[in-house]
Amino acid sequence: MNTVYTETLISLRDKLAAHEITATQAVQACLDRIAATEPALHALLAIDADNALAQARALDAQGYDASKALWGVPVTIKDALSTQGLATTAGSAMLAGFVPVYDAFVVQKLKEAGAIILGKNNMDEFAMGSTTEKSAFQVTGNPWDMSRVPGGSSGGSAASVAACQCFASLGSDTGGSIRQPASLCGCVGLKPTYGRVSRYGLIAYGSSLDQVGPLTRTVADCALVLQTIAGYDERDSTSDPRPVDDYMAALGARRDLTGIKLGVPQEFFGEGLSAEVRHACEAALKKAQELGASLVPISMPHTNAAIATYYIIAMAEASSNLARFDGVRYGHRSPAPEQLQDLYVKSRSEGFGEEVQRRIMLGTYVLSSGYYDAYYRKAAQVRRLIRNDYEQALQHCDIICAPASPVTAWKAGSHSQNPLEMYLMDVYTLSLNLAGLPGLSLPVGKGEESGLPVGMQLFGRAFDEATLLAVGHVLEQALPSFGLPAL
Amino acid sequence: MADYEAVIGLEVHVQLATASKLFCSCPNHFGSAPNSNVCEVCAGMPGALPRVNAQAVHYATLVGLATHCEINQNSVFARKNYFYPDLPSGYQISQLDLPLCEHGYLDVMVEGQSRHIGITRIHMENDAGKNIHAQHENVSYVDLNRAGTPLVEIVSEPDMRSGAEAVAYLKALHSIVTYLGVSDGNMEEGNFRCDANVSIHKKGEALGTRAELKNLNSFRNVQRAIEIEIERQKDILEDGGQVVQETRLYDAVKNTTASMRGKEEAHDYRYFPDPDLLPVGISDEQMAAWRAELPELPASRLARFTAMTGLPEADAEVLVSSRAMADFFEEAASHAEARKVANIMIGALQRALNARGCTVADTQFSPAALAELVNIVENGLISATIANDIVPDLLESGAMPEAYVKEKGLVQISDTGELEGIVDGIIAANPAEVEAFRGGKTKLMGFFVGQVMRATKGKGNPAAINSLLAQKLQ
Repeated sequence: MNTVYTETLISLRDKLAAHEITATQAVQACLDRIAATEPALHALLAIDADNALAQARALDAQGYDASKALWGVPVTIKDALSTQGLATTAGSAMLAGFVPVYDAFVVQKLKEAGAIILGKNNMDEFAMGSTTEKSAFQVTGNPWDMSRVPGGSSGGSAASVAACQCFASLGSDTGGSIRQPASLCGCVGLKPTYGRVSRYGLIAYGSSLDQVGPLTRTVADCALVLQTIAGYDERDSTSDPRPVDDYMAALGARRDLTGIKLGVPQEFFGEGLSAEVRHACEAALKKAQELGASLVPISMPHTNAAIATYYIIAMAEASSNLARFDGVRYGHRSPAPEQLQDLYVKSRSEGFGEEVQRRIMLGTYVLSSGYYDAYYRKAAQVRRLIRNDYEQALQHCDIICAPASPVTAWKAGSHSQNPLEMYLMDVYTLSLNLAGLPGLSLPVGKGEESGLPVGMQLFGRAFDEATLLAVGHVLEQALPSFGLPAL
Repeated sequence: MADYEAVIGLEVHVQLATASKLFCSCPNHFGSAPNSNVCEVCAGMPGALPRVNAQAVHYATLVGLATHCEINQNSVFARKNYFYPDLPSGYQISQLDLPLCEHGYLDVMVEGQSRHIGITRIHMENDAGKNIHAQHENVSYVDLNRAGTPLVEIVSEPDMRSGAEAVAYLKALHSIVTYLGVSDGNMEEGNFRCDANVSIHKKGEALGTRAELKNLNSFRNVQRAIEIEIERQKDILEDGGQVVQETRLYDAVKNTTASMRGKEEAHDYRYFPDPDLLPVGISDEQMAAWRAELPELPASRLARFTAMTGLPEADAEVLVSSRAMADFFEEAASHAEARKVANIMIGALQRALNARGCTVADTQFSPAALAELVNIVENGLISATIANDIVPDLLESGAMPEAYVKEKGLVQISDTGELEGIVDGIIAANPAEVEAFRGGKTKLMGFFVGQVMRATKGKGNPAAINSLLAQKLQ
């Protein structure tokens, strides 16, 4: 059996360039891997095997093209991203069988770069969840322990990458939905600066927080994928026109961490953090010091307000973003409604899961007449304070370090009865989205008790993904590799 | 009967005549096959995002400048959330806290009095699609061609006191948007729509409860609906009742209004800033350029034209009824006497246009032709009567007047020899009238001139005929 699927993306690209392997062989290897792992893993909602093979053959017929950064590279895509002709459900029964008429900007970019899309990743319904258990269709396992959750909402993406079904996946991150599953599955995940990557074609959850980013097995792979999808898109007004840095060059330019000041916020290493995650992060920070970095204690005083602020803003935006799913033009329509009101109520009650309905109702509430000032307007003001915290902290350091999750992957079903407990799991990731800054989550080791992957986040200055990736790359090379899950 | 005063405010929706829709590049076009001008953005497909059409911002800003508004150079789009099948994304993208324009006004003439009408705000928003209910089957359809077309909503202060004032204000707005060329202003096609808020109270007392009137799709209906609403409210108050806050739909056929929805059914729109759109930034340079391109507006032109022609405002209004008409006058008046140009435009030209149901821009007639027409009357080539008579033909054919009258043999007979024979004949044929004239009935001069004109088929030079008759009848 061809085991090329265990290679890194960069290594695969080099093999493709050297004609050691064909695109068709790479795609077939991944499809075989999917066939072997998917029955237990459930990381994919749609598999586009025939098209993927046809595209691979077409590429092989044309010959390797060095101008295409991802020529022949098999990838998967979170199901929140619109793919023309390929079902896109956002993990919701509301969109079961829905086939989009257009490609998201990032999907277009991947295709132009020669990547081959194998399928669509499972996710929490409309990206609302931290475990991927809220998918309307299936529960995805964690490749390191199938009884545990892969994190979420991009859990299908993280599981797919960790299980070597593909070489990279695109996820979306509204409050940690790339970084937290990457951490729980032992892979690399990057949430870019808000505006660095176009949101055009990303099914919106919280529009002012959402950002598309890569999940990969190494930092260098992540850099290459980000290079492909970053950049201005005139169809997304919030995308930023400034030029994209050369991330691969930034990686090549850094050998150690000399001169790098790593900020360690006391609020992220306090109460609620499990001992094994703390130890793994501290070990990584010690390694960073050995590599020349200095550690700077910092404080981000408004961190404890982040969860409330985040959920008010995200749910308010979601309540409006999800209004278009009304059963009129596409998606689930309740059969034989009595009249118009009935069509809306039934279609939405049947099509949306419990968590989505909860968030729509909370979001509707905080925007309602008489409550807007107390909730939404107040949250927008606190958001400004949280941004200020980050701005001030980043005047004293180059990068802020934080755990990605208070604990390693937990048992499926263990928190599903208490939504509030679940919301608290996002404490280390979501304030970054409020600030709009970039964050990289990378594996720093395994928990001493659980034996499961621990991820640490690096937060950087706006549009300075290059420094995050370069520092992450150096750290990754220096830390002991813990290999791939045995599947 | 108590002395009530009406308080009226208008909300006017104007569809902007941009090439494409407000938030996508679909054509902004009326009359296409259903759902043919639709893309993922205006159909509200998952993941699609809006982007602001710069031409719409330009047009909306011109409307604000023309109505003396302050322009917010960083205005903010907000979502107005409600469910309706013709609203694809479940929210309209409008403006609430920071609209594009605020604090404007218009001064309008109503029955010879100038009235100052405040404009609270002008904001941009997208239009909805159209629901079409099948007549013979239990089914409804949605056409999204109109979904996403750009509108400005112009909200007045409650500064009007009668239906006539409301219509005067509305007509002034209408002529401004059509002058600017930012809207077709067609009320029947719905690209110039008006809702009216009406309340009444006794002078010196607190304002009354208002009703909102909808479905006012002509100037006449705006006036009639407001007038019957004022009467309806008076009747209620006179009977000791209370006006309820509600939305009422006007029925033009019955000339009545009926309750559409009450206050308790009013929506909570849950406005919040649209996170998909950045504030609409307009630079100082852009503002200066837009200010500079603002054309002279109807009120100012009317004042200038009355000064040029010496005509009363009521007559000269025809000249500024559209930008095309005013430009036409201005051009023709630069080559001929303004007063005479105006007289033909107000009279023969306007009649001919009304008869054909078109505007001057739709005809072959040119300002140069009108100037020539005035000038050939002036130099005696044709009479003023002939000039007026041939206007419809000139409109139709696009011919130049001088060539036309020569070809048609309409040139005035100024040759006294030829006229003398005709005058002699008329005198000979009407001995009784001649006798009476010479006996002091000098009013009969008109009769003799008429007879000669008839004999010359209108081509006789009136001055020459008058002089000959005066001489022969002595």
